[in-house]
Amino acid sequence: MKTHTLALLGKIQYEKVAPFVALAVLFVASSVLSPYFLQIQNLLNILRQVSYTGMIALGMTFVIIGGGIDLSVGSLAAFNASMGILFLNYLMGPLGNEYLAMAGGILAALLLGAFSGALNGFLITKGKIAPFIVTLGSMAIFRSLALFIGSAGEIRSVSNYYGTFGMESILFVPVPVFAMVILTVLLSLVLNNTAYGRYLCAVGSNLRVAVFSAIKVNKIKFITYTLCGLITSVSAVMLSSRFNAVSTSNLGMGFELDAIAAVIIGGTPLTGGRGTVWGTVMGAIILGIINNMLNMLGVSPYLQGTVKGLVIIGAVYIQAQKS
Amino acid sequence: MTDSNECLLKTVGICKEFSSVQVLKDINIEVLRGEILGIIGENGAGKSTLMKIFSGIYTPTTGEIRFEGEKVSIPDPLSAKRLGISILPQEFNLVNDLAVYDNIFLGSEIKKRSGLLDKKRMMERTTRLLRELEVEIKPDEKLEKLSTAQKQMVEICKAVAMDARLLIMDEPTTVLTRYEIDILFNLMRRLREQGTTIIYISHKLREVKAICSRVVVLRDGEVVHTEMTEKISELEMAQRMVGRELSQVFPERKTPTPEVIFEVRNLSVPGMLHDVSFQLHKGEILGFAGLVDARRTELGEAIFGVRKRSSGRILMEGAEIDIRSPQEAVRYGIDYLSDDRQGSGILTSFSVTQNITLVSLFAYCASFLKVIMRKNEDAASLRHKERFNIKAPSLNVRLEYLSGGNQQKVSLAKSIDPAPKVLIANEPTRGVDVAAKHEIYRFINSLAQTGLSCIFISSEQEEIIGMCHRVIVMKEGRIMGTVEGRDINEEQIMFLATGVHAGAART
Repeated sequence: MKTHTLALLGKIQYEKVAPFVALAVLFVASSVLSPYFLQIQNLLNILRQVSYTGMIALGMTFVIIGGGIDLSVGSLAAFNASMGILFLNYLMGPLGNEYLAMAGGILAALLLGAFSGALNGFLITKGKIAPFIVTLGSMAIFRSLALFIGSAGEIRSVSNYYGTFGMESILFVPVPVFAMVILTVLLSLVLNNTAYGRYLCAVGSNLRVAVFSAIKVNKIKFITYTLCGLITSVSAVMLSSRFNAVSTSNLGMGFELDAIAAVIIGGTPLTGGRGTVWGTVMGAIILGIINNMLNMLGVSPYLQGTVKGLVIIGAVYIQAQKS
Repeated sequence: MTDSNECLLKTVGICKEFSSVQVLKDINIEVLRGEILGIIGENGAGKSTLMKIFSGIYTPTTGEIRFEGEKVSIPDPLSAKRLGISILPQEFNLVNDLAVYDNIFLGSEIKKRSGLLDKKRMMERTTRLLRELEVEIKPDEKLEKLSTAQKQMVEICKAVAMDARLLIMDEPTTVLTRYEIDILFNLMRRLREQGTTIIYISHKLREVKAICSRVVVLRDGEVVHTEMTEKISELEMAQRMVGRELSQVFPERKTPTPEVIFEVRNLSVPGMLHDVSFQLHKGEILGFAGLVDARRTELGEAIFGVRKRSSGRILMEGAEIDIRSPQEAVRYGIDYLSDDRQGSGILTSFSVTQNITLVSLFAYCASFLKVIMRKNEDAASLRHKERFNIKAPSLNVRLEYLSGGNQQKVSLAKSIDPAPKVLIANEPTRGVDVAAKHEIYRFINSLAQTGLSCIFISSEQEEIIGMCHRVIVMKEGRIMGTVEGRDINEEQIMFLATGVHAGAART
């Protein structure tokens, strides 16, 4: 019995540690392969690049733990960032204060993000439609709306500051990276230390048990999609600030897949019920480093998708062998 | 040692390890041709593991199996099937989306010459099998429409349909009522006469005594006793299983208070429950007996707010309450212990503590953010662990690593942690070994003595008779009558449960 228990403990630890180990190995391998890899500027660049989808992946982690999926995040980012900038531009006139207008625009984007997520949640819970279908539909809708309001082109902000704050650094750490770290800490606390986090795992683990345990399963799901929409908008605001504009046909393209990939590589099973926030961050960084290394080694960008695909399948293969 | 002519299956020194834990140690048993061999043992004694070795799901670490005197290896279920070994598993192995006959012939479909399925012949065979089992199920009914007990009958049909030479039945009667068990036993006797050998695994010693010719007792992965059933009493079987003396089975009952704490008036669910009314006294254990399709589970679920009621009133302490969801039920002081432990009772991926506090989690949370206070949670969980004698290496171990009996204790702890006034206990000892069963009886009894009122749903007549102050008998969603005091006996209950078919039950 003793050895049995120890073996089990070892297994549980391994599951959580695996993404960190994978990242460490990749890190060492990359620093050997390329002399430029370890330069601070390069490392910060990688972090900045992964932070946008990384943040979205955090929201996606919650959705997947709850037994759902959200395919709409990329389109939702494009639509909400566009609306945010349009609102900012509109506010510049009557307010006359650039900072206030910027705050208004950002606030509008965030609120709209939460609302869009809530809409997904509403259709999934009250409409009893499968999450895959609802978010597949809203993915098409949000993208089309974004393309419509931007005539498939760019929506540019008229503010001079909007385009700078996303490029700033706090103590040498780029703002979006900072945001991702704060979100990770917060969400990790929520997942592990609140009733909501516990309920979320219960809902994803076995919906029927959750119902019989007097958990308001619809409320939990609704909150989760709303949260995912909100976090996606944080990412969208950062991303649009980087260019001071939104390219309605480009922004957020394929983000849903990158986010899901980060969650899966981070050790959260697609079947839900459990998962870790930190694992997802590791998953996102692993994908980022691989992209970075392929660039530095001069591998054709067209082949990068192949590598990414192999990594995703490989990660899940390893997880499947363990259980 | 008997020679191979009499012996259909023989194991020589079978051992099985799972990640260095020895589950079976040097098992030497013989299954004689044409016998019904009982294998008994507590949860975790290794019965199911041994059967999984026979049916090709596991392979032994060491040791060999001889079938018909010849050494065989059974690396997969298909090889077992080829040898003529058929298993009736403990958990259902049925596909909900398929019809009954599809399920029965799944994997061994009857085909026409063209290669297409011969649905007509499969339907005919199924109809015949179902008739032999005396169950009224349409062969083309979708499986999901069937009740748990009906699914069990389908599972039995499936095992029998293959004309097995060795039929292994792993706790086949868990979800069956007395009446259905009798039908099953008749079928087993008929099969034996036709030359089928049967291995019968059960917790229910009375059934083992009734149907088996010999019994093998397993404890901690070892064979501790083999005996002709006529030479061993139920008590001795139980003692061999647990390896110690057992105290009295049912604890003494204390008379409940006359105060009516809970009342249901004219409750109906369309097509399910019809005009159900009853009263529950404070500290009372009120039994709900009935055959399959009595819809006692449905009644429990309707009270708990999982099922929508079309009419009816529910009163708690004299005041009418409107329960439309489990949350409301729990708030009004009602909790439900599910009969489907893994399906709606507990979360196997959650720890002991996380399960126990799942319903009552807000009581362990601080601030509007509902931050869980681990210390309080662990303290409560530890109290339950000690009170219910839950055997777990730690409170943080996931439930999937606990035995059925301990899982059930966790499930019980979970449902009383919110301190309900009324507990709906649905099959509280299902799939639990003798020792754990006795413990659960004592818990429920002592809870009742401290003022908890219990709606006690059970298909095991003994425990209904041994535990309850009053017994309500249901049939097809209606209350047929109530028995009290000295009238609580099998005959009275069966008489009410079968209604007009009273004669059939006595056979």
